[in-house]
Amino acid sequence: MAPTLPKSRNGGPPVSSGGATTELGVIVPYPEEAIARRSFEPVAAPVHPIVSKARAVIAAILPTVVMIGALLLFWQFLCGSPDATFPSPVKVWQGSHEVITHPFKGVEIGFTHFSIQDGGDVGIAGHVLTSLSRVLIGYSIAAVVGVALGILIGQSVFAFRALDPLFQVLRTVPPLAWLPISLAIFQQAQPSAIFLIFITAIWPVILNTAAGVQTIPAAYRNVAKVLALNPAEYFVRIMLPATVPHMFTGLRIGVGMSWLAIVAAEMVQGGTGVGFFIWDSYNSSLLTDTIVALVWIGLVGFTLDRIVAFAGRIIGRAG
Amino acid sequence: MKQRSYLALEGITVEFPTKAGSFCALDRIDLEVEKGQFVALIGHSGCGKSTLLNAVAGLVKPTRGAIFLDGELVDAPGPDRAVVFQDHSLLPWLTVEENVRLAVDKTARGKSKAERREWVMHNLELVQMAHAAGKRPGELSGGMKQRVGIARAIAMNPRVLLMDEPFGALDALTRAALQDVVMDLQARLNNTVLMITHDVDEAVLLADRVVMMTNGPAARIGEDRIVALARPRNRLEAIDAPEYAEARSAVIHFLHERYRNPATLAA
Repeated sequence: MAPTLPKSRNGGPPVSSGGATTELGVIVPYPEEAIARRSFEPVAAPVHPIVSKARAVIAAILPTVVMIGALLLFWQFLCGSPDATFPSPVKVWQGSHEVITHPFKGVEIGFTHFSIQDGGDVGIAGHVLTSLSRVLIGYSIAAVVGVALGILIGQSVFAFRALDPLFQVLRTVPPLAWLPISLAIFQQAQPSAIFLIFITAIWPVILNTAAGVQTIPAAYRNVAKVLALNPAEYFVRIMLPATVPHMFTGLRIGVGMSWLAIVAAEMVQGGTGVGFFIWDSYNSSLLTDTIVALVWIGLVGFTLDRIVAFAGRIIGRAG
Repeated sequence: MKQRSYLALEGITVEFPTKAGSFCALDRIDLEVEKGQFVALIGHSGCGKSTLLNAVAGLVKPTRGAIFLDGELVDAPGPDRAVVFQDHSLLPWLTVEENVRLAVDKTARGKSKAERREWVMHNLELVQMAHAAGKRPGELSGGMKQRVGIARAIAMNPRVLLMDEPFGALDALTRAALQDVVMDLQARLNNTVLMITHDVDEAVLLADRVVMMTNGPAARIGEDRIVALARPRNRLEAIDAPEYAEARSAVIHFLHERYRNPATLAA
């Protein structure tokens, strides 16, 4: 039998070197040049978990930081000329570094309370805290009343037919339109501001809670029926947990809207609060202070939203 | 007067109001089930099997007729008629143990906390799910969820166990494993069971009696056949038995000859 060149297994060109014939077939050696081509990457030295974690955090934050820097530069470029009508970032710092660096002027913060100097020169944080306390009261009332009303109209077809059209109309009224009514009812700045928050924040809470109750899957309701849960058990064991995600969607929209409303209300009403601070700085031609206040409002609004979202996640998980 | 069976459906008619007038789903159904009997209800989609089961569960009120369980009139849902739902219907915010516990708390009043906990774990063990007691339904596979659904139902110590296509959403192998679980439970507990299924083999393998329903609307019981296989059953022994083949053939002839699927007739 004439020696033939062994074929490579997949029918490729014959391999010239080596090749032992066994009972089962031809053993084709791994081609020399392929061995030469194989490269062995050195295994990366193990990284300390803290280092890798830090890298991940930097990778997540870096784009934001770069973007903010770029925007500031762009803004400086646009408004840098001496006759610009809008202050540049540098001018904001020059004109308002007192406001930026001393936000807590005239504010005393204890563990359980804070007191703000009455009148006079109060730092921006003092105004923000005043606004926040108003929002906290108005929003808390809106959350409780809103959830209760939402469950009512979600549960009862009669209540839904009676109240839903009313809610649908009232929710479109802009917060500021309530201000004259609010002032007429309460006569004073503080309660009317709180009422304004309440009336602004309550609609999304009601409507989302109601939607949540109405969309409880029939499967859960059947389970409740078969187990013969009484109304109280049904409420605690089925309805509340099933509705929590919707409820918190409403509560999140509500907290955002109440923060929008407080600023508007305080602008018109005057006295204290971050809305007043903006209006006051505008009237005193301190536009740079207004810009600082805007940043504060944005950051506080963002924080409020995150807090409510976080609470929703915790409660949703605890069930 | 004739003595009523353990579970007796007498002249059950169910009509649903629709825009085009009333729709008759079930027409004068009479069914008698003895205590400890396992009855499979089989029929094509839309024949009203689920409606019948829901009527026994108390979730649907019959337009006419009455249902008696152990001599008592059934007119509302209750834990004495536990349901294993097709979509398992576990509450996703509760753990496996809490889901079963919810049912046990409603049915084992007067027992101590420790006893109830033990009973919950015992029932989870019966379906081999004790290891997942602390997990939430979202972390389980479809078959495991349905095991928990079964555990929840049997933990209620029901007078009749209702199963609404319990394995309809499972793949064939998982389904077979769950059927084995049900056979095992049936051997131990000897429950009275009413099960809906689309699967001929499942019906014949599990049930003492296969009740075949005609096509809706106005569905009736077309045939009622005893599966004369001894219990406790074993899958491999059963499928080789002549009784199995006979019953299987009868059901298939009923479903595909006498009462063909209305959907395929139209085609």
